[in-house]
Amino acid sequence: MQDAKRARGATPLTQKPSQEELSRLTRALRDATLVGLVTAGLCFPMIALRAEADMTNHLVLLQRWEWLIGAAIAMFAFRFAASMLNTGLGRTLAVIGIALLLFVAGHGYFTAFPSTTTTVFCLIAGVVALIAAVAIDRVDFDGAGERVSIKPPQGTGTVIAIFALAAALAFPLVMNNWLGPQGSLKWINNYGIQILIFVMLGWGLNIVVGLAGLLDLGYVAFYAVGCYAYALLATKFGLSFWICLPLAGILAAFWGILLGFPVLRLRGDYLAIVTLAFGEIINIVLTNWVDLTNGEAGISSIPRVTFFGIPFTAGDDGFAARFGLEFSPIHRTIFLFYLILILALITNYITLRLRRLPVGRAWEALREDEIACRSLGINTTNVKLTAFALGAMFGGFAGAFFAVRQGFVNPNSFTFIESASILAIVVLGGMGSQIGVALAAAVMVGGTEALRELDFLKTLFGGQFDPNQYRMLIFGFAMVLMMIWKPRGLISTRTPSIFLKQRKAIAGDLVKEGHG
Amino acid sequence: MWANFLEQLINGITLGSIYGLIAIGYTMVFGIIGMVNFAHGDLFMLSAFIALILFLALAQLVGLSSIYVAMFIVLLVAMLITSLWNWSIERLAYRPLRGSFRLAPLISAIGMSIFLANFAQVAQGPQVKPLPPMFNEMILLPVGDGGLMIAYKKFVIVAVTVILLTGFWYLVQKTPLGRAQRAVEQDRRMAALLGIDVDRTVSITFIMGAALAAVAGTLYLVYYGVVSFSDGFIPGVKAFTAAVLGGIGSIPGAVLGGLLIGLIETLWAAYVSNDYKNVAAFSVLIVVLIFMPSGLLGKPEVEKV
Repeated sequence: MQDAKRARGATPLTQKPSQEELSRLTRALRDATLVGLVTAGLCFPMIALRAEADMTNHLVLLQRWEWLIGAAIAMFAFRFAASMLNTGLGRTLAVIGIALLLFVAGHGYFTAFPSTTTTVFCLIAGVVALIAAVAIDRVDFDGAGERVSIKPPQGTGTVIAIFALAAALAFPLVMNNWLGPQGSLKWINNYGIQILIFVMLGWGLNIVVGLAGLLDLGYVAFYAVGCYAYALLATKFGLSFWICLPLAGILAAFWGILLGFPVLRLRGDYLAIVTLAFGEIINIVLTNWVDLTNGEAGISSIPRVTFFGIPFTAGDDGFAARFGLEFSPIHRTIFLFYLILILALITNYITLRLRRLPVGRAWEALREDEIACRSLGINTTNVKLTAFALGAMFGGFAGAFFAVRQGFVNPNSFTFIESASILAIVVLGGMGSQIGVALAAAVMVGGTEALRELDFLKTLFGGQFDPNQYRMLIFGFAMVLMMIWKPRGLISTRTPSIFLKQRKAIAGDLVKEGHG
Repeated sequence: MWANFLEQLINGITLGSIYGLIAIGYTMVFGIIGMVNFAHGDLFMLSAFIALILFLALAQLVGLSSIYVAMFIVLLVAMLITSLWNWSIERLAYRPLRGSFRLAPLISAIGMSIFLANFAQVAQGPQVKPLPPMFNEMILLPVGDGGLMIAYKKFVIVAVTVILLTGFWYLVQKTPLGRAQRAVEQDRRMAALLGIDVDRTVSITFIMGAALAAVAGTLYLVYYGVVSFSDGFIPGVKAFTAAVLGGIGSIPGAVLGGLLIGLIETLWAAYVSNDYKNVAAFSVLIVVLIFMPSGLLGKPEVEKV
């Protein structure tokens, strides 16, 4: 497609614009005008007018037509640049240039200019980017546009995995030494532990979706079961975390089987919807069964994690005193980090081993062709149930860990958005690829966490600008873009678990996604 | 006793018509490209917001006083703008993924659903938006002793639904547009060979679904008088349940399923437990899918090797 456009659009610098070039200009203008008008139409009620409640709680409309005009002009410019330029690099530069110029214009309109230097810099940078875009576009790289597919050599995955593991092992200690207990807390807790929880959930769901090909949109239900299992057993019966952890996993697996039995006859999308409904039912029950779960208020004061019996407290028998360290709350966080790392690695190890066992091979065979499986005498019900139960069990472990980390649970942590995020991680990572899932979890969770750090935008857009509310907006849009960009996920090759003579990677397109 | 039951019945039919209108969007899109359009519930929420703003604009900026004229204009413009939204969504998020693997459009739709809900939140604020009550006069029905007071708006909702569904039925059954739509639904490749523009037909399907969702959104706003950015998900899932209950792919089935879900939910809330009314609707979904996957009016699916 890229080549076809190039052939149509590229003309040498010296030649006058031909008839074709002119008609291209008119076409691009018409196209861009259409896009601008559609944008204006989309924005008309939602952005141009805002319903605000006044003092008497009556809604009044605030008018913001300038936003509508701005959005329409921006989309017009982007579309026009995209249809006039031929190369990807040129388009990117043009988009950057237009964005910079629009930023200056918008700033000039809404507030005063931030400062002369910034304004002039942005103006010059924008114009330079636009000129560069046009210039680069006119240069005909001989064949440079040809895509060369790079095939990583065998074993790259193993090397990456070892490096990632080493990095993960060193991460909390390095951060602690580098930033100190205060500064590193955010990094270890918000980024490290949060990402690892989702790596573990992703790996757990990967068994169900990636290996067995069963589309599960209610995975968060098992996470919730594990979480509440620990919270209730610990607060009502005083059981310790190390006893509750396997119990939480078993309970979640039990629920997985319970759900699995009736629904396993269903195909793809139907299975997805039923699991979604199941997830919602669990959430509603957790919210409304106030006697057991305390409803929306949640369960608080859940016992915190101990170092195999030694609490992380400042007292004499606390962790710090026993090991002759200076007390710091970071010890608990670092311990939690290693705990979830180990749990995630166990998940990974078990999955990798199971893939070589008959049951794992049956999962993958089931994903590829269920009817063939049945014809060959594989008990599909059992195969599906084991996948469901194992996936649920790991979700339960992660849930118990979540409860011990937070010390507080309520149903709001187990909404559909969580299920969707975990599924998005699995699909984005490339279904069935363990490294891909870990990578996708780091990108998605780390990315959304990083969006919390958008405070610098306040200096650009003024003090009342709240970047946090754009977090999920960007998240949703990024999901769409990622799917369009790489529908097969980040790691789009698979190495089969079993092979005849020679192990070789195959394209993800060749792997089926199952019928449910 | 009977008066109360009748009241709940009317409530159920009112709610059911709203679900039915949304369900048609699900069922048509599933019929034509085989995907669950997850963003449809949020599109419905967005259309309720659009209707809210249009009502306010007509009252405050234009100064229109007749509620009937306002209702007519709002319905028309909301249908137009919601259709534009769904058309753009299909072009941006679904069309590039047609022919890709099965999960890709679903994930894309989930992303779009999150985007739409948060777009409404960012553009209009997270607070619940209350509208002054409309069509709130009561009608006395001569039932039981003392009669039964029913809000006028319930009749408005059912009447609007019936009128629009008749028009929609005509569009699908009797016009070249509807014929093309049904042809693509039956066999996309064959339809293309016979000269039907498949892309255009799919776009029109999305536009029709969105127009009906916009009607549902407007009526939902009239019925409840409030809307908030998180209102799309649960009605969306219930409408999908309705589509499945009626047999996915079948338009009369979607309406029938919508009515049944509305009735089940209302009666459950009235006679069993209000807290668990959503559980009732979701349980229906699970039970129907397990025991009757092709729904009430759907065609049974044959798995070919």
